[in-house]
Amino acid sequence: MPPPTSKRSRYLPWLVIPLLGILILVLPIPARARTSVEHIFKIEATRFAYIPSIIRVNPGDRLTIELTSQDVVHGLAVDGYDLEIQADPGRTARLSFTADRPGTYRLRCSVTCGSMHPFMIGKLQVGNNNLLWRGAGLALLLVLAGVWRGYR
Amino acid sequence: MKAAEKVLSRQVRAEDQVRGTGKDRLDLARVPWLRPLIESRWPLFLARAVTLAGFFFTILVGLFGSPVGSHNFAIIFIWIAWWTALKLVFIPLGGRSWCSVCPLPMPGEWLQQGSLISKARKRLGLGLRWPKRLRGYWLQAGLFLVIGLFSAVTLTDPRVTAWVLLGLILLAIALSLVYERRSFCTYVCPIGGFTGIYAQTAPVEVRVVNTAICATHSEKTCYIECPWGIYPVALRDSSQCGLCLECLRVCPKDNIALNLRPFGSDLGTPRRTLRLDEAFLALVMLGSALAFSAVFTGPWGILKNAALAIGSLPWLGYAGAFLSLNLVVLPAAFALAVWLGEKASTRPASLRRAIANWSQALLPLGLFSWIAFTISFALPKFSYIINALSDPLGLGWSLLGSIEVMLNADRFGFAPFLQVAALLVGLYWSVSLIASLVKAETETPRAWRMAVPPAAFSLLYTLLMMGLLVG
Repeated sequence: MPPPTSKRSRYLPWLVIPLLGILILVLPIPARARTSVEHIFKIEATRFAYIPSIIRVNPGDRLTIELTSQDVVHGLAVDGYDLEIQADPGRTARLSFTADRPGTYRLRCSVTCGSMHPFMIGKLQVGNNNLLWRGAGLALLLVLAGVWRGYR
Repeated sequence: MKAAEKVLSRQVRAEDQVRGTGKDRLDLARVPWLRPLIESRWPLFLARAVTLAGFFFTILVGLFGSPVGSHNFAIIFIWIAWWTALKLVFIPLGGRSWCSVCPLPMPGEWLQQGSLISKARKRLGLGLRWPKRLRGYWLQAGLFLVIGLFSAVTLTDPRVTAWVLLGLILLAIALSLVYERRSFCTYVCPIGGFTGIYAQTAPVEVRVVNTAICATHSEKTCYIECPWGIYPVALRDSSQCGLCLECLRVCPKDNIALNLRPFGSDLGTPRRTLRLDEAFLALVMLGSALAFSAVFTGPWGILKNAALAIGSLPWLGYAGAFLSLNLVVLPAAFALAVWLGEKASTRPASLRRAIANWSQALLPLGLFSWIAFTISFALPKFSYIINALSDPLGLGWSLLGSIEVMLNADRFGFAPFLQVAALLVGLYWSVSLIASLVKAETETPRAWRMAVPPAAFSLLYTLLMMGLLVG
């Protein structure tokens, strides 16, 4: 990336970089077409952990979460879906919904369960994590933009 | 007086003086309606009195309130409200502005000056100089690491938070009775180190208007009265200035400016220093942000429980990993990146000098990583603040009628987008700095290659943070 010399080469990156950025933001990321499937996830909640802590489904899948608490009352709220259940110790609570929004969402305990309660977190991954991929693409682009800007 | 002159001459000699009186500065002290507020000591005193009262209230509630962290005002006020405000507002917009109202050094400072507002004749304390061997950011970085080791307990147990706060204020008082001025803030306070290095990115500065006037002013009132022991002419950057504005009030020549300036004005020019403490602190901040993101926002319960079980075998594993990340992995990776970058230079500097110089690029990267990390819990836990204000003593009150509020400020799920945006801003700023530092060193056609390894370091770190926060 030698220093730009002509006026055109000096200003061209200001045009190209935002255009590439827009492309990274709007271009669809290919995902395999699948028919929707029904899943049942048995999640054990114990102090400050969900087991399993990460569940993966495809967009459009129907999932049922069976939450069982192993110690105290725990909750499970799904970020971005505005859904919540609570499970008493030894009892199972169920939550069924269709995972129609692609992306990665945090599962959070919604009942105070101890000192690390605010940080009791799990993860629901629905299809591709487009935000992460687009973010990574933009990061790469911004490195080039940063080098160019600093160096010009 | 001789000692003071010695300090002044050393400060002036040691630093390249950067003075902000250019076209891109707006001197707030010249704004007519702001001037009385700046010149009077009362507004600052009142703000300090409020924060000090809040501080002692927080300690009391921490000790005697609900033992459940998420229901205790101390935890919510300190680690959600204040910690968030510090990273999202005070530092990015005001640099060390928090230091000007911080309650920690106040009792000690009042004892030192023998009065609440202005200095009295009778003062307490030995007024010793801070030991030379303990200068720099080393102690602050070490204390930040200690806090990190015990963070899972400190951030969630109200009693521990209260004891930490009490310990800090007692330490501040003790040190102010032995050592001169704000030695505690400058060399010991871990939050002071945090705000200090990132204050260089902020759009505020105190600078001398005309250095020639200072040269002819023999009394040096600004230095004599500065609680931090700073001679404004020698201000190279804003990392050490606590923005108390005492220099501005006492300058008989009206020669001090409180400038609004472009973001990051202290950064981007090559530094000839050999000091590695700032680089070390910046790396500790990067490592801590990474570790906290994994522990507090990751889905790994085993890691949370290990960080919580202090003294157990899993905790020793966590402590080993945390210290290795901060003391070995990140410093080694950054040193390697700098070394590779210098290899591409036609006039390579020593590795020590290069690390000290290039570490400025870690500051925006670190600040925005902390911002992204903060967003991950500040928005979802915003309701805790309202509930804590409504029931500060944990007695079941409903002062705001919102005790059962479960307001999720991130109901629409935009926090991850904000986090990615923050990380990208930090990365872009960091890489721009790297490139401008390269350009300032040399303009040979292939010099851009020098920027590639440090830029790759910044990119890799950003991707790791992104993976932890939104992956």
